[in-house]
Amino acid sequence: MQSPLGKTDLESVLGSHFAGLGRLGVHLELSRPAPERVSTGIAEVDALTGGLPRGAITEIFGPASSGRTSLLAATLARATQRSEVCALVDTNNTFDPLSATQAGIDLGRLLWVRCAGASDGPHRRWKTHPAEQALQVTDWLVQGGGFGIVALDLGDVPPRIARRISLTSWFRLRRAIENTPSILIVIEQEPLAKTCASLVLEIQKEKTNWAGRLCPGRLLDGTLHRLAARKPVHSAAAAFALRAAWTGKQTAVG
Amino acid sequence: MFACLHAPDLPDSSHALLIHCACGFSPRVEDTGAQTAVLDIEGLDRLLGSPRQIAEAMARRAGELGIQANVAVASNPDAAVHAARGFRGITVIPKGLEASVLASLPVEILSPPPEILETLKSWGIRHFGDLAALPEAGVAARLGAEGVRLHKLARGAGERALAPAIPAATFEAGIELEHPVALLEPLSFLLARLLGELLEKVEARGLAVDELRLRLTLEPRGEDWEAGRTPAESALPETDGGDLLQGKSRRAGCGERSGILRPSKISMEHARTLRLPFPMRSAKTFLKLLASDLETHPPQAPVIAVSLAAVPADPRLVQYGFFLPPAPEPEKLELTLGRIRKLVGAENVGAAELLDTHRPQAFRIRPLAVPQRSHALGRRLSGRFPKKDAGEASAAKAQNASTAEPGSLAEASFSETDRSSPHRFLALRVFRPPLRAHVEAPLGRPERIVAQGLHAPVISLAGPWRSSGDWWTAGGWSRDEWDVALSDGAIYRVYLDRLSGVWFVEGYYD
Repeated sequence: MQSPLGKTDLESVLGSHFAGLGRLGVHLELSRPAPERVSTGIAEVDALTGGLPRGAITEIFGPASSGRTSLLAATLARATQRSEVCALVDTNNTFDPLSATQAGIDLGRLLWVRCAGASDGPHRRWKTHPAEQALQVTDWLVQGGGFGIVALDLGDVPPRIARRISLTSWFRLRRAIENTPSILIVIEQEPLAKTCASLVLEIQKEKTNWAGRLCPGRLLDGTLHRLAARKPVHSAAAAFALRAAWTGKQTAVG
Repeated sequence: MFACLHAPDLPDSSHALLIHCACGFSPRVEDTGAQTAVLDIEGLDRLLGSPRQIAEAMARRAGELGIQANVAVASNPDAAVHAARGFRGITVIPKGLEASVLASLPVEILSPPPEILETLKSWGIRHFGDLAALPEAGVAARLGAEGVRLHKLARGAGERALAPAIPAATFEAGIELEHPVALLEPLSFLLARLLGELLEKVEARGLAVDELRLRLTLEPRGEDWEAGRTPAESALPETDGGDLLQGKSRRAGCGERSGILRPSKISMEHARTLRLPFPMRSAKTFLKLLASDLETHPPQAPVIAVSLAAVPADPRLVQYGFFLPPAPEPEKLELTLGRIRKLVGAENVGAAELLDTHRPQAFRIRPLAVPQRSHALGRRLSGRFPKKDAGEASAAKAQNASTAEPGSLAEASFSETDRSSPHRFLALRVFRPPLRAHVEAPLGRPERIVAQGLHAPVISLAGPWRSSGDWWTAGGWSRDEWDVALSDGAIYRVYLDRLSGVWFVEGYYD
């Protein structure tokens, strides 16, 4: 039985094939141009990541109140202000138009799809989990093309259900969005897309700031968050602050 | 040459008959109003002969239709109209003799404004000839532009063009079937054929389609029922997949299977209207939208005739550019949205729009309208928005790369920059509907929250913040809001509905 070709054998075969290229020979690599990156609207995050890559999947995961939705809102706001049309696939119908407006999102450029799952509506002929509908809708939107950002919000989908999304589905989404100017952002409680995501960010809440004395009259002032890049792995982390919509005065962190 | 038909005794209800009579001689007919129609008879001499013969033919035809009309022929529409209104019977005015022929007509036929008519009468001007004999400069000085116009008409010199009525274009196509069709696939073939016919006519006129109206005539249902099945059900083949008739609708109208005759409640016609977000011409898009709509709203019986009508509109003009931001192709987007609507419901797809009220969660969802590209280009060029983000992001990364230490947190604080950035707001994720909660508040402040999926003590809180509104209507509301941080690390917004005394969890900040 023949022994399998080792790496050295393969290189020598390729080297002889590309001998005319000189010392480049077997080290010839097909290099892809770096994808264009867009700002998230938060300078600290941009500094850490260089922006979100177009034509790729970006995952932002974290627990409740970690700042995922606010980061997504900031990114959508920047995109709609660039006059891009964006789409939000809202699995559990949690999107707040008022928060979005306060963040600067142009609602007229944001397609909002609310996935309801099982329903008694006459047009619904089968019962499906909202996550299944959300995945199907995301696939259609990505395949249709033309959106600057397609955001899939799985933030409130229990991990045990979200994990049922097969890797094949994520591969399909990655293939669909490759070589397009669109960005697919997935908001979730834990990373799901594995190798299919080009950028994976973990976000956590570090501190909550309150303004004023204890009730009555106290206000939620804002929160401080920490963001780390899990893919590609980056040793540094970013910290940024988010403020409540009614905050006016400067407040010290601490 | 122009001819005018004037029927002074014609009732208003028969005016259409007069127009119909005129259309029998020429396709270019102007509805001048007041029992009058003017038509272009250029070229009719080859058919009917001299202008007098043409006029006689028209008078004869009008008589056959029961219309007593005066007919006049002249070289311009105005002279023909005045002659028909002023002279009974048939009048033919040779070219160049308009002034002399019309001279004896009273000036009232010109329909001058009352003040000008009074002035003319005070001058002793009674007829066309009297007015035509006045010097034009004097008429202009005393009666103005209107006087000059009347002076010209009195001379029989008209310059206006005929304004023929253009019949409204109708685009309809239909087909009757030899055998009833109960499946979507063969119906799609028929629709494709009808769409092809319609779009050919629409495109020939340089138009596009704004709305499609589909009318399916359904097979009538008999009242002699077999035991357990209706005749329609017995006649239908057993099918699965692609069947227009769902089990539910097939049984609809059957009533009880006891043999008791009940009148069928199924309509014999199934009508659907497809309103498009913008005028289109793509047969492929129309077919997919119609098929999707029929899958969602299928007819309740087999189809025996199909009729399709298109409402035309001016085609959409789009200015493309190399440097504009990406946007979905409208036709492709409409197809995608059609599929999404079918899956999640039309009411769950669109763009949100806040309503002008303080009521919480007051918004509506309207269809997404992709903004005009030209507006987007204008805003980019005005410098109103930040420069290209790729450059900004890279610059920020380069600037901080040299200062950030590995493993350390970049320093962050609430700064002027943070306050000025419009994107750094804490967003709320809402629960729809709000979660009903049991809140322990022995001192008037929430200390423990219990709701679906939530059971934790309150670590820190802010509030209460009271809001209310619409108290002058039946739908008034009033609530006390609290922002509470629970032991699970999340920050929730809870509120007490002061009208019902019930606590709710509205959502959490994320």
